[in-house]
Amino acid sequence: MPRDRGKILFGLGLFVLLMAFRIWYNVARGKAGYRPEVVRPTAETKCVESREYMVAKHMNLLNDWRDWFVREGRERSDRTYKTGDGRVYKMSLTGTCLSARCHANKAEFCDRCHSYVSVNPYCFDCHLVPKTGASSTPQPGAEGRRVP
Amino acid sequence: MSDSKRNEESRRTFLKVAGITAVGGVGVPLIARALGPSATPARLARYAMLIDTRRCLQKDGCKECIAACHRTHNVPDVSRPVKPEWQLPEKELVKREIKWIWKEPFAHAFPEGESPYTEEGLKDKQLTVFCNHCDNPPCVRVCPTKATWKRRQDGVVMMDMHRCIGCRYCVVACPYGSRSFNWTDPRRYLAENEINMDYPTRMKGVVEKCNFCEERVAEGLQPACVAACPQRAMVFGNLEDQSSEARRLLRARFSIRRRPGLGTDPQVYYLV
Repeated sequence: MPRDRGKILFGLGLFVLLMAFRIWYNVARGKAGYRPEVVRPTAETKCVESREYMVAKHMNLLNDWRDWFVREGRERSDRTYKTGDGRVYKMSLTGTCLSARCHANKAEFCDRCHSYVSVNPYCFDCHLVPKTGASSTPQPGAEGRRVP
Repeated sequence: MSDSKRNEESRRTFLKVAGITAVGGVGVPLIARALGPSATPARLARYAMLIDTRRCLQKDGCKECIAACHRTHNVPDVSRPVKPEWQLPEKELVKREIKWIWKEPFAHAFPEGESPYTEEGLKDKQLTVFCNHCDNPPCVRVCPTKATWKRRQDGVVMMDMHRCIGCRYCVVACPYGSRSFNWTDPRRYLAENEINMDYPTRMKGVVEKCNFCEERVAEGLQPACVAACPQRAMVFGNLEDQSSEARRLLRARFSIRRRPGLGTDPQVYYLV
């Protein structure tokens, strides 16, 4: 048995303790079960797809929209998306998802979850977040317009 | 004897099966493809731009088209930073300039000038130039990620900013200098009150260029430059349509294109 066994074990224990600081610190403060609170829109209750789907797969849907909009723009000439139950939406992150009726408050909806799970999507490096309250120049076909 | 007979039969069976497989596997799809509808969608349009140089030059120094385009597409003016610390040194301004549409002296736009006498009157005149949306675009050929491609249906040379990795091959390949690279975050040069909220900005490290206002054309609008031109010197049209204004003008007037000898088949026509 090495003479330094005690020191090594102590060092290892200390290392684990320090590395797990964020975990036991939160447990100690009683925040172990913390979940980010997102502010859901009130005006609109139905999202493009079901809530479970959107929570799990919204990034996939947005990726699909991106490719369909940009790359197949004219094959899908009106650039709209038809949901399973027949509703039609303009494929637009800022025009539909972030429109005044829906997730107009990016900071309290998108960002809260994203910062909790520490993801940093680069969507908003280019796409402009509509200003809350201030209405931008309405674009034909934007504003989450629904084609009946 | 019986063994060789069995062999003989199995060879017959084998050949039969092989023959049917060959016909089924190769012939049927071939026939189906020949009979079926073509897989590639037919070209619905060939968008092109005509510039009436006489009308354009009548209003010397006019930059309405440039202003309209750059405002519509959030094209930054790198000489006007939002914060003073983002001011670029003088010699960087040309290199970092972002332009979708700009003015070029006649002698640069048409370097193979035909006669010294034409040049006499024209060489200092500023012509409007932008992406030629070539039928044979060299930028598309060199793009390693297919971030730029020619739309089959209408010939617009498109850009997918999401896919651009900023290698700048296309910048080198374009013989018209139509492509600009974002050396810095373009939002540093876009004042908040001047941003068009309906069109995204770009990010650092992507290439951009004129998109023939495809987002406006999809909504049934004229390109921003055409709509803004006070001289009505620009005509946007569909060359597949025999009766279009563009085709009528090309029939009636003599037109030149920039550096046609390169084989890029540019689709911006200058009426002279």
